[in-house]
Amino acid sequence: MQGLLPYVVRRLLWAPVILLAVSFIAFAIVRFGPGDPLRVAMGQYSDPAVLERVRHEEGLDKPFFEQYAIYLKNLAHGKLGESFAYRNRDVSEVIFPKIWVSAQLGLVAMLIVFAVGVPLGVYAALRQGTWADPFSISILLFLQSVPVLITVPLMLLVFVLKLHWLPAAGWGGILDSRVVMPALALSLPGIAGVARLTRATTLSVLREDYVRTARAKGLREFTVIRRHVVRNSLLPLVTVVGISLATLVEGAFFAETLLGIPGIGQFAFKSVQGRDYNVLLALALVLTTMFIIANIVIDIAYTIIDPRVRYERQKLS
Amino acid sequence: MSDRNSASETVPAGEGAAEVERPPRGPLALALRRLLRKKIAVAALVFIGVFYFCGLFAPVVAPRSYTDQNLDAVQQGPSLTHPLGTDALGRDMLSRVIWASRTTVVVTVATLMMGGLVLAVGLGLLAGYAGGKVDTAIMRVGDVFFGLPGLPMLIMINATVGERVRSMGWLGAIEKGLRIDGFPDYVVVFGALSLFAWVGGARIIRSQVLALRETEYLTAARAMGASTWRIIGRHLLPNVSNIVIVSLSASLGAIAGTEIMLSWFGVGVQPPTPSFGAMLYEGGSIRTLQAHPHLLLAPGAIIAGLIFSFNLLGDALTDVLTPHAR
Repeated sequence: MQGLLPYVVRRLLWAPVILLAVSFIAFAIVRFGPGDPLRVAMGQYSDPAVLERVRHEEGLDKPFFEQYAIYLKNLAHGKLGESFAYRNRDVSEVIFPKIWVSAQLGLVAMLIVFAVGVPLGVYAALRQGTWADPFSISILLFLQSVPVLITVPLMLLVFVLKLHWLPAAGWGGILDSRVVMPALALSLPGIAGVARLTRATTLSVLREDYVRTARAKGLREFTVIRRHVVRNSLLPLVTVVGISLATLVEGAFFAETLLGIPGIGQFAFKSVQGRDYNVLLALALVLTTMFIIANIVIDIAYTIIDPRVRYERQKLS
Repeated sequence: MSDRNSASETVPAGEGAAEVERPPRGPLALALRRLLRKKIAVAALVFIGVFYFCGLFAPVVAPRSYTDQNLDAVQQGPSLTHPLGTDALGRDMLSRVIWASRTTVVVTVATLMMGGLVLAVGLGLLAGYAGGKVDTAIMRVGDVFFGLPGLPMLIMINATVGERVRSMGWLGAIEKGLRIDGFPDYVVVFGALSLFAWVGGARIIRSQVLALRETEYLTAARAMGASTWRIIGRHLLPNVSNIVIVSLSASLGAIAGTEIMLSWFGVGVQPPTPSFGAMLYEGGSIRTLQAHPHLLLAPGAIIAGLIFSFNLLGDALTDVLTPHAR
């Protein structure tokens, strides 16, 4: 594990720098971008005296950098700012239950992705040269190409309106039948990606000497595939977890909105519609933090699973 | 002084045989010939071609304007006068789809130019060639963008800064001058997209340039007194062009998809300028689906086909332009 610790330390030190940069840019965008945030919040009731008083109370008449400093100080105390939609409640109180809902949904989707994607990829690789390989890969590429904002309404049309198999919308935890549609819709692009990568890595592992040795030993083909091929072809999949996570979050924005699931995606949609800028700012920060942590964890997991990987300091020639 | 692309030397033996009798061509011409031999790639190219033709010549191709309302013929199913039916305001869906493809065309091409070519190639070359502090600065900024959740950030940027940009007077003036309806919207969308679209390409190009910088012919060129611009233009650019094409083609589907997502969210292209995103939003609600599924199916099928074609083409181009990776 040589070189891992310094690498992790460097990554961990780098993370707050990125977060600080993101928070500054996002804060500046939210303060200056839409014009006067108060005028937006007040809407038609823009009595100048009231406007001035609220401006002072909210500290919006202070210089920009002082406002930013106050924002950072609140952030350090876990306060993300007040939402327009949920008066007198901090965004952090509202946001974390919603993240939990989305995380459950994402977990189910992720399980489907790997449970279906990996066998499909291995199958396609073992059938290389027959019609089954290009056929399944093209279908997967097609599934990957259809945006979630089309698959969800299509599923609604087929499973709810025509076949009456599933309830239309809502959320009741991961054991409720209402989880089926969003999880399926979210996992479709991921299945395709995982299967395509598994196929590629399996093909390269099949050419390895140790696979030939295993076959020469007289092992049953199933044992060769399971013990020698699949195990080794799964290693690179760890890196896709990060990318799948990104697609899951993107998909959740649409699936949750369309299916009425009280997760972070629907919250984001409502906040954009209501121009709830503090929420948008908080969402950007929380999502970025989760992304950075996830990527660091994945990188570390990769070195532990595959000891051949070394993170050396990159030399610039 | 040869600056032939290395790809021409690694043409696989089986395919090289057919090209023996022809005079040698440039590597890109060879790649094109190989691409045209793939039936799926040609089909994808045809679909993309038709889509872009319709988009570019929307005023000529579309039977009606996208704003023509006929309140006597609201939400009709497909018929002879309206092949794809009409929407809630009695607007011809076929015309709406054709005009919406114009939005996709403008956004993809503009993002490709701005993010894919200007920013990715420019910054990648600069980072690789200049090295040192410039390199570090560019790559660190790239790291920051790469570590961000793309779509949520784009939505936030468009929801906040979008209003400001749209209200800039000179953009409106260009809109009138060029007669492109919705020009400020296009600027908002492709500007934000470009901001996030350059990192992958710039990284690949930089690493290529770093490798090329140590080659003998570049040392020779420098020793002969070639200017920096000559080295970049004659020696570096031709050698990274394959990778640029591959990475650009791989990102096109995602760019088209993201514009649709942004417009679906209501922060992309604003009505009345038609966009697939807005149409899919209108057609995707359960009440509309129940009675008038064609409002979702018509734009949905076309946009799924387009992104599928982009991905197929990207796969085929990867095969053709990077033979050693097969």
